[in-house]
Amino acid sequence: MLSSQQIPGTTIFNGSEAEKGLALNKMCFSFNSADNRAEFLRDQDAYCAKFGLTAEQRAAVKARDVLAMIAAGGNVYYLAKLAGIFGLNVQDIGAQQTGMSVDAFKTKLQQAGR
Amino acid sequence: MATIIGGIGTTHVPAIGGAIAKGLQQESYWKPFFDGFKPAHAWLAANRPDAVVVIYNDHGLNFFLDKLPTFAVGAAAEYRHADEGWGLPVSAPFPGDPAFSWHIIESLVADEFDVTSCQEMLVDHAFTIPMALLWPDTDARPVITIPIEINTVQHPLPSPARCLKLGQAVGRAIASYPRDMKVLVIGSGGLSHQLDGTRAGFINKDFDLMCLQQLVQQPEALTRYTIPQLVELAGSQGVELLNWIVMRGALTGEVSKVHSNYHIPISNTASALLVLSNRAVTRETKYRKTG
Repeated sequence: MLSSQQIPGTTIFNGSEAEKGLALNKMCFSFNSADNRAEFLRDQDAYCAKFGLTAEQRAAVKARDVLAMIAAGGNVYYLAKLAGIFGLNVQDIGAQQTGMSVDAFKTKLQQAGR
Repeated sequence: MATIIGGIGTTHVPAIGGAIAKGLQQESYWKPFFDGFKPAHAWLAANRPDAVVVIYNDHGLNFFLDKLPTFAVGAAAEYRHADEGWGLPVSAPFPGDPAFSWHIIESLVADEFDVTSCQEMLVDHAFTIPMALLWPDTDARPVITIPIEINTVQHPLPSPARCLKLGQAVGRAIASYPRDMKVLVIGSGGLSHQLDGTRAGFINKDFDLMCLQQLVQQPEALTRYTIPQLVELAGSQGVELLNWIVMRGALTGEVSKVHSNYHIPISNTASALLVLSNRAVTRETKYRKTG
């Protein structure tokens, strides 16, 4: 099985990650529906419980901590739907994961073009 | 017979959909990106494809990890877009052509690509945004669209070598369809970008520019990479390059570059556009070449 050990700062979303993250990713997949997004916002704990998230996954969601969600098996395609509920775009979550300000993260992206 | 007139690779970042909805095409952030499409519009207006086969990856709209095909082909009369959860405007439906789809599926399976056939299939931004970018005037769009979806989320992913072979099989499938029509193949996504992990924001301009060059005449050069190497060089989501490799594989005639554009950044991504023309190699031109 492919693993992430060779590439720093990168998780290869392989079978064991997918197995670990199924409940969390399934909950995020449900956020394609506006009704489900509203239900989550009404009672986040109840919604997480309904999908059977682990304690680690629930704590990561509660803290809006993307690196912790990935460590708990989350995949960013699905996590982006959760981030959207919190009003966070991919620059916001990029800044959060790299420990930078959003402006510094955007500058880093621009500098990659030079 | 159907003729493949060319292939186009383009970025599909969701934020582009928002920029189109808000009419931001001429704002300084977006202008270098949107202006890059003008030569593509001119080429499409001159060549007018009747059908478009879109090679793309679903981001959790139609497919989930419970049942995830490696290669899936649409076989519906219509493909609907839907709420993707992050506020992107929902596009109008796209017309399909089940007879053409089933021909492609039959041909691919006979060619040892055992694809998943989908009589119901939602298409996400990776399908809708290339359509919006290439045909801002929705009335000018080809009347037939066929989605071919590639897994780029759940490893193991199909290798670049496998994807080039799939593209070649798609090319044979299209070229053997007994109906006179002009077909365009689109490869959606990329180029380098990474959304997740402490390496988020990774972009690799040198690698992208090499890919844009090799895709024109030497796509085989890209088949030497393994998937982990592609993740390392292009970023976790830069593996969408696979869609471009499939597109290029489908161009089995004489290929030449019409236009390209490369701009960093759009959102977290190195954006790119590549327009390739494909001239079918007839018996006569083959004879000329060898004789």
